[in-house]
Amino acid sequence: MLRPARFDDLGLRRALSDRLLPSLVAAMAFLAALALAGTIAASALAQHWQEGAGSVLTVQVPQPAAAASNGAGTRLDRVVALLRATPGVALARALDDNELATLLRPWLGSGSGRIALPLPAVIDVRLTDAALDTGRLLAHVEALAPGTLLESHDRWARRLAVLARSLQACAGLALAVVGFVAVAVIAVAVRAGLAARRDAIEIVHGLGATDGYIAGRFARRATLLASAGAGLGALAAVPVLLGLAGLAAPFTGQPADVGAAGFANALPLALWLSLPALPVLAAAVGWLTAQSTVRQWLRRLP
Amino acid sequence: MGNAGTIQVMQTGHSGQTGQMVHLDKVGLEFSRAGASNPVLHGLSFSILEGGFRWLLGPSGAGKTSLLRLLHLAVRPTQGRLTLLGQDIGAASRSRLPELRRRIGMVFQDFRLLPHLSAFDNVALPLRLAGRPEGQVRVDAVELLSWVGLSKKLLSRPAELSGGEQQRVAIARAVVARPLLLLADEPTGNLDEPQAERLMQLLHEMNRLGTTVVVATHNAALVSRHPAHTLRLADGQLVRDD
Ligand SMILES: Nc1ncnc2c1ncn2[C@@H]1O[C@H](COP(=O)(O)OP(=O)(O)OP(=O)(O)O)[C@@H](O)[C@H]1O
Ligand SMILES: [Mg+2]
Repeated sequence: MLRPARFDDLGLRRALSDRLLPSLVAAMAFLAALALAGTIAASALAQHWQEGAGSVLTVQVPQPAAAASNGAGTRLDRVVALLRATPGVALARALDDNELATLLRPWLGSGSGRIALPLPAVIDVRLTDAALDTGRLLAHVEALAPGTLLESHDRWARRLAVLARSLQACAGLALAVVGFVAVAVIAVAVRAGLAARRDAIEIVHGLGATDGYIAGRFARRATLLASAGAGLGALAAVPVLLGLAGLAAPFTGQPADVGAAGFANALPLALWLSLPALPVLAAAVGWLTAQSTVRQWLRRLP
Repeated sequence: MGNAGTIQVMQTGHSGQTGQMVHLDKVGLEFSRAGASNPVLHGLSFSILEGGFRWLLGPSGAGKTSLLRLLHLAVRPTQGRLTLLGQDIGAASRSRLPELRRRIGMVFQDFRLLPHLSAFDNVALPLRLAGRPEGQVRVDAVELLSWVGLSKKLLSRPAELSGGEQQRVAIARAVVARPLLLLADEPTGNLDEPQAERLMQLLHEMNRLGTTVVVATHNAALVSRHPAHTLRLADGQLVRDD
């Protein structure tokens, strides 16, 4: 009755309504959640490729069973021995026929094992030292088995990392644009509220309200609406992100089935932490935008 | 107005020593719109001592409301020097003004009540803006509203009140925070004669307790029943000050 619990002297419950602004901010937060997921996924991929592929080398030895150029043994055995003796090499292993067939199946079909082609041997090499001088290594190998190819995954990894970083930058840019639009949306809503409550503001101003008081009323309302909207938007993004994570699971080594137990693991921890940050961020944006918009508007009053 | 209550709420935080509450030195006011300027007040010089009472008279359009708006710090003078509550308004920073406004009560010609607030909340507003504790806000606002005969309309919104009732809410709001300077613009415009007399009783009581009072009116009968110092404006100029 006479209690001021919901005292709304500027009539902001109607001037800054709980429909339009929260809906728009919810849409922004939804987009922000997708962009965040993009940033986090891209950075995880970049990391993965850099760590995984950076220290892998593939060596192809044509005519593996032929004799090596100098001394005893087949070309393959001598090359494997040389690689194993090279400092910085953790592991050098020739793929067996089955593995080779698996590798070639996409190109040659399931009958690849029976095709009588002169296939090179393939040696899978893991390095402890990613900065190993592959040029010198190739010269040594060529001396033993001319025609041997040495393919460093490092270059691919670098290209993929550049791609991942570009994806990350795009997602970051999308986040920035979403933030900018959110600021604009809140500023427009606050301006509309100021126009709608011009008389009330002038009256309260005339009764001795400070700019801080009036800006505070608007900022409180804008903070509430923006954070509520962002909370809804972030919540709405969760099922979409879980669906995407389910689709991506085969490529990231996660189980495709997202059961109750796998629920928390379905999305990266960084994403679980940044989703609740969206309403907090929206609250901060709402508060700052409303404060500066209202204070600037109030300068027209004496 | 309603039953005659006591008005102990009217003690002002007044210092007691008499100085100038209002001082104007060749004050002018002009409104400019789209490049064209419209002078409304020219060369006004007068002063009112603390605890003074003034009738502000003059034909419609003479500038009475404009002068009261100047004294209420709703506009700043465009010429001359205005001193209020010991502050040179021309030199005062914008952030100084809210504090001064809280010491000035104003009854607007058009009431200017907040339409979405009840009579009680309208009257409580100046107290809440001044940061008074809610318990005191309640007591003071209800007492003032009872005094103007609106104890049964505490929760009515302005649209649900008659013109005279709205005017009485506006009067209660102007005096509830015990201003040092009370400005009233045509405060009896919507009141019948007994109500107008009761308002005069309130103004005199506040004046007796130290509040400086300026009342703009067209009500010649009221002025003749309560003779006092008079400022008369015509065409934005002061034509009489006695
Ligand atoms: N905001 C404004 N912009 C331009 N001109 C204004 C403004 N306010 C008032 N005026 C002009 O100033 C003059 C004086 O107006 P004011 O309201 O002060 O008269 P008044 O003495 O209060 O009249 P009334 O007795 O009818 O209330 C009028 O000619 C009016 O048109
Ligand atoms: Mg007037």
